[in-house]
Amino acid sequence: MRHNGSYSASPRIGLLEWTPWIIGIAAFFLLPEYLSLGARILIFILYALSLDLVVGYAGIVTLGHSAFFGLGAYAAGILSARFGVADPALQLLAAMAACALMGLATGAVILRTRGLTLLMLTLAIASILLEVANKATSVTGGADGLSGIVVAPILGLFRFDLFGKTAYWLCLAVLFVGWWITRRLIYSPFGASLVGIRENHVRMVAIGSPVSRRLLTAYTMSAVLAGVAGALLTQTNQFVGLNVLSFESSGELLVMLILGGVGRIYGAFVGPVVYMIAQDMLAKQFPEYWSLGIGLLLVIIVLFARDGILGIIDRLVALVRKEAR
Amino acid sequence: MQEFLASLVSVAFHGVAYGMILYVISVGLSVTMGLMGFANLAHGVFAMAGGYILTTSLDQWGLPFPLALAVAFVLVAAGSVVLERLLYARLYAAGELAQVLFTIGLIFMATAIARLIYGTLQQPVHLPEGMKGQFDLLGRDFPAYRVFIILFGASLVAGLWFGVERTRFGAMVRAAVDNRAMAQSVGIDTQKLFMATFALGSGLAGLGGALGAEIIAIQPSYPFEHLVYFLIVVAVGGLGTLRGPFVAALVIGIADTACKYWVPQFGAFLIYVATILLLLWRPAGLFGRAA
Amino acid sequence: MSAVLQTRGLCKRFGALTVADNIDFTLEAGARHALIGPNGAGKTTFVNLLTGRLAPSSGSVVLGGEDVTRLSQQDRIRRGLGRTFQINSLFRGLSVVDNVSLAVAERRGVSGRLFRPASQLSEVRDEAMELLRSLGMADDAQVIIANLAYGKQRLVEIAITLAMKPRVLLLDEPAAGVPSIETHRILDVLDSLPVQIGILIIEHDMDLVFRFAKRITILVNGATLLEGTPEEIAADPRVREVYLGERHE
Repeated sequence: MRHNGSYSASPRIGLLEWTPWIIGIAAFFLLPEYLSLGARILIFILYALSLDLVVGYAGIVTLGHSAFFGLGAYAAGILSARFGVADPALQLLAAMAACALMGLATGAVILRTRGLTLLMLTLAIASILLEVANKATSVTGGADGLSGIVVAPILGLFRFDLFGKTAYWLCLAVLFVGWWITRRLIYSPFGASLVGIRENHVRMVAIGSPVSRRLLTAYTMSAVLAGVAGALLTQTNQFVGLNVLSFESSGELLVMLILGGVGRIYGAFVGPVVYMIAQDMLAKQFPEYWSLGIGLLLVIIVLFARDGILGIIDRLVALVRKEAR
Repeated sequence: MQEFLASLVSVAFHGVAYGMILYVISVGLSVTMGLMGFANLAHGVFAMAGGYILTTSLDQWGLPFPLALAVAFVLVAAGSVVLERLLYARLYAAGELAQVLFTIGLIFMATAIARLIYGTLQQPVHLPEGMKGQFDLLGRDFPAYRVFIILFGASLVAGLWFGVERTRFGAMVRAAVDNRAMAQSVGIDTQKLFMATFALGSGLAGLGGALGAEIIAIQPSYPFEHLVYFLIVVAVGGLGTLRGPFVAALVIGIADTACKYWVPQFGAFLIYVATILLLLWRPAGLFGRAA
Repeated sequence: MSAVLQTRGLCKRFGALTVADNIDFTLEAGARHALIGPNGAGKTTFVNLLTGRLAPSSGSVVLGGEDVTRLSQQDRIRRGLGRTFQINSLFRGLSVVDNVSLAVAERRGVSGRLFRPASQLSEVRDEAMELLRSLGMADDAQVIIANLAYGKQRLVEIAITLAMKPRVLLLDEPAAGVPSIETHRILDVLDSLPVQIGILIIEHDMDLVFRFAKRITILVNGATLLEGTPEEIAADPRVREVYLGERHE
């Protein structure tokens, strides 16, 4: 299942790849009381997918992805709460534009570095945004959060209802588009060259690939996707809290991605589903043990199952096939 | 003018004390990163542990302050060796992502454990009587404990540098940082060297956390909250050097104190921006060798 | 014959240490040229100066009549300067054919396309397969590099560089780490390379050098000691002294 952006892989969407969408649609009808959790999961899948593009494919380890998620969330929220723009499409566009600019500007600076310095800079940029959001209370609401966000009916037809039905459909539709675009990217020559950079940076330079430009493009696209996810969160909650920008948010996202499996598109689907359902069931009763457990889980995954749940499934399938032969 | 001068002196003084703490905590990170290429984001956990050990030794075990500092160093160093042998050592050859995730996992665990044992409140530090008052120097009063930090830190730094420049152990560390394969081929047991260096670096972090518990408050969010600063010190200073992080730590200590004093509305914003600009100019840090 | 790669008075100093000392070197079009010398003679430094990985302290590098001394590695690659690495530098998680395809796509200028699936660029894949076939590696096309024998990895190393259609090919110890019973395969491949490519080989294996090269340059202490045909080199007493003697003891 692991896709390596290759020149030999068929780009056709396989049967298995439709499962997430079938489940997504079925969940709407079968679990109506969990729609708000469902919408949040869909948002985090999109967010994790954007992270997979940079971490799993381009091989850029970032600790500050929350910068873009948060920026998108605030861009959409501020547009509505401060400028009175209630149109959801415009809010999404604003988030995309803000994140594209921010991704380009910060990527151009930080992608020149590597290793620990790059880690630090990704963290520093998220910290700067957090600092700004915290201090600029007149715009962002500061520590109290940003409220007073209004989201008009989508296309003037579908109002955001109390049960979160509209929000769910919106998130599912946007995720579908985001998935489709990401998938195309990864199967494209561009995606193949990203994998090349991940596998061997020096060699890509040596075969004449414009490595910095490729990385910057990937980073910016990922920023835009994360921003869209952030804006969706704003529209679903009609509120933005500072925590969207926090390091814990980036850290949790990394946990979800590695849990599902890095660099395989669908790891970004499996991880958030498992993580957030478990969180919903356990975290409130046992908050202390929850983060202890997450820490332990991370250590165990890194030591024993570095390719996540999907990796384990791959290995099991391979084992069964071998037995069958 | 007089007043400005006074605040200038005060900022410099507190800044140096803060910088010393930052250095003692971060220097181990710089060395392990330079030596083993291990991105140990959980380095702050050792500093936090040192802080908790100090307060516990003082309040519950009734140890005298100097002994409490020593206990913090020893326990953290010993604990880190266990972690190194059991866990870290398995990941030396792993990629950056695995190391990052693993150490984030450690942070999550440490934070949770700290909260379970000590709660979320920050730990009060009960300094010994002799260090509580003010210290008179050239007609000005300085908090005695900060004077102690600066003096203690300075002698620690001197001892560390002397040790790395002059002892056999130091020579081996320098050789291994320069060229690991070469060091191995001349018969240096790099595995033992890693372990010893890791223990020393973590012990120093524990000592720094204990020493600075009054400046950088000991609470469960410690390893997350101050991570950026530790990383800045290392990145700005340059990997695998002792001097680089020292200069970086002092500059950041002073700059941060100055920012909080004169332009508190900006918070740490200016530090981050200055760091980014500096690394734009010198991507390998002030004293780092260009990659 | 015309010079396809030339250096004039090339010097590189690190502080007081001179690692390239006024090297004048000419590689003719279609040449089969070897650069040899004892360890620490500055061979790798010289290659790095040619490729632009290092900037010279003085002197110039001329590629196909154009002064490229100030050009980046990328720009030199685009002008037809290919190199292989002394230590394999491959895309270990990818298949052989994907390794080559990446380079083919890069040369064809299609590698930055964002939406068209890579596998639909059949011209890239066909060219990569054709190249592998010419190197006798078609059967290994789908094997992941990490699972491939070391000697074959050396061939992929060469294949990737060939995919860039270089005018000049720098082979940095192509047989390094390959068991001696397998070096003949490397030599077969080298012999089958297109005649119009100017090849400079840096190699320790003297058998390989003397069987392959039509011209040999000896580098000692960063300076050229001697240049000539294999027969001239083998006959020269100075060479025995600094190099051959030392190795054949």
